[in-house]
Amino acid sequence: MPFVTAGDPDLDFTAAVLQELQSRGCHLCELGIPYSDPIADGPVIQASYTRALDRKTRLADILQMTSRTAPTLSMPVVSMVSYTIIYRRGLAQYVAAAKAAGIAGAIVPDLPVAEASQLAEICRREDFSLIQLVAPTTPRERAVRIAESSTGFLYYVSVAGITGERTELPPDLVDNVAWLRTRTQLPICIGFGISQPEHVKRLAPVADGLIVGSAIVRRIAEAGCRPRDQVLAEIGAYATELLNALQT
Amino acid sequence: MTRPTMLPEAATGKMPDAAGRFGQYGGRYVPETLTRALDQLTDEYQRAVQDPSFGAALDELFRDFVGRPSPLYHARRLSQQCGGAQIWFKREDVNHTGAHKINNTLGQALLTMRMGKQRVIAETGAGQHGVATATACAHFGLPCVVYMGEEDVRRQAPNVFSMRLLGAEVRPVTSGSRTLRDAINEAMRDWMASVETTHYILGSVVGPHPFPRIVRDFQSVIGREARQQCLDRLQRLPDTIVACVGGGSNAAGMFFPFIEDREVELVGVEAGGRSDRPGDHAASLSFGSPGVLHGSFSYVMQDEDGQTSDVHSLSAGLDYPGVGPEHSYWKDTGRVRYVPCRDDAVLDAFDQVARSEGILPALETAHALAKAMEIAAGRPKDQMILVCLSGRGDKDAAEIARLRSAAK
Ligand SMILES: Cc1ncc(COP(=O)(O)O)c(C=O)c1O
Repeated sequence: MPFVTAGDPDLDFTAAVLQELQSRGCHLCELGIPYSDPIADGPVIQASYTRALDRKTRLADILQMTSRTAPTLSMPVVSMVSYTIIYRRGLAQYVAAAKAAGIAGAIVPDLPVAEASQLAEICRREDFSLIQLVAPTTPRERAVRIAESSTGFLYYVSVAGITGERTELPPDLVDNVAWLRTRTQLPICIGFGISQPEHVKRLAPVADGLIVGSAIVRRIAEAGCRPRDQVLAEIGAYATELLNALQT
Repeated sequence: MTRPTMLPEAATGKMPDAAGRFGQYGGRYVPETLTRALDQLTDEYQRAVQDPSFGAALDELFRDFVGRPSPLYHARRLSQQCGGAQIWFKREDVNHTGAHKINNTLGQALLTMRMGKQRVIAETGAGQHGVATATACAHFGLPCVVYMGEEDVRRQAPNVFSMRLLGAEVRPVTSGSRTLRDAINEAMRDWMASVETTHYILGSVVGPHPFPRIVRDFQSVIGREARQQCLDRLQRLPDTIVACVGGGSNAAGMFFPFIEDREVELVGVEAGGRSDRPGDHAASLSFGSPGVLHGSFSYVMQDEDGQTSDVHSLSAGLDYPGVGPEHSYWKDTGRVRYVPCRDDAVLDAFDQVARSEGILPALETAHALAKAMEIAAGRPKDQMILVCLSGRGDKDAAEIARLRSAAK
């Protein structure tokens, strides 16, 4: 499950990347809505947000792009979006507009469950997934409660920290996810830090999906200065490499 | 047993509610990773408030280390020059480290120790909060990292030297506008990865619950002392109180103990910058709208999509696109009036106070002074206007000289 920043380096390329990833057999794509002050993101995704915003990528333009692209894809697209942006647009308006543009749900990294009841209610009514996050710092009882209020899938944040490629993942990650697995019916997807086929091999047995962000965004960044077909092919090849690791 | 003086009944009172709400404002909009640390902090603070030894330790630090109570000072020559009401200063500039910020950092450093955390991080704009945090950490032997926007590293260089001398590591932040807002982002990112062992000493009444409440409570020593000093010396309360508002901590600390004194007019002064045009000022309460920034719901400067707008102030401590949620609540309820003050009026006020009173105020503070002088001029001589003199201006001398020569 790749993560791609909308509008980096421009929306046409984002659409092309979505198509490429789909053709390689990715199961779902997270579309990052650029935000000026992303607290949970490391340098790579921050920089991609900055590039997109410097080009004046607006929410309306992003939704236009997805309404053109999403119908051509069989994999669902969910938005990764700050609550600031949802609130600004209006909770119900955001959900309606995103849904109309072919987006299946939202991951809102700065909206813990305690603050989410209003948005959750609207999402439920609109059959729009509101994917909640569990972190390594989340106490177990709380993780179960979060799983109960999540829809679509549950996002398990692998490391306490910000997004970014890591060589080592926490040793207790597999056990923690396996434990949560026994407490919820919901698919569990793991994200943050995943970038290598070895990670995929290790985590695939306990997870329903693995989210790869910075490693893809870093490759997309090259499209700013190199031939786009070439970059696109490299992103595709990288996706294939990880997908193959999933099979083994 | 006497109640510790630093934590009044009101500090445990009804605002904010359990979810950290001041009316509709406040709350906690942060990644799940931080939730547990914020819960821990909330619980530990609750316990500390009920523990007399905590209040006693803080009282002692305030007295022997900070030099509290800070004086109440009658600015006679300035009042005469303005030709109206009497202007008084609450002298937070004479605190150890030269500003109100130390009131909060000592309180939070004590909480850090109680929570058993071994490392401290902080953000700073003007550098005053950074110096105050570095000072508290040196005092308690805690390692300290301060994030500071590159632009602020430049314009507040003296404070950068001080922080390093106090043993803190200053990390310049090069993302975004390279000011306070980006410094907070970077500190939050550090905290995401270090939350188990590190406490984030946030420097103003902003951020996720419980910070706006904790910082306000620690700073409310300002207003509590001032109120008592007015009653003891003048047998009355001031007619008007004026304080500058960046994130809003000196203002909240000054105003809070007077909130129930309906007859006392409260005025918060924001950075009016160069003009009222977007990007030329940092007056979120005057020109912004409700939204989410840095973990709380409050007035903020942002565009139609919710992207944070660039703001401007000549003072690093007010150069911030958000404001504390309690101020948003006080604005909407009308309890406090918020007004912007332009850069040129700020520099004039700085000069006048320096020459008529022999006090170099911080540029942040000069915003409040400019407004107070304007208000005083139109009021009768028997009225009393109290200004929170939030900090000293030594840190700004070089920057003011630069602005002057650039203007020539
Ligand atoms: C002297 C002084 N006053 C005021 C401020 C603004 O902060 P606050 O609004 O939180 O008091 C600062 C911030 O750095 C400061 O140094």
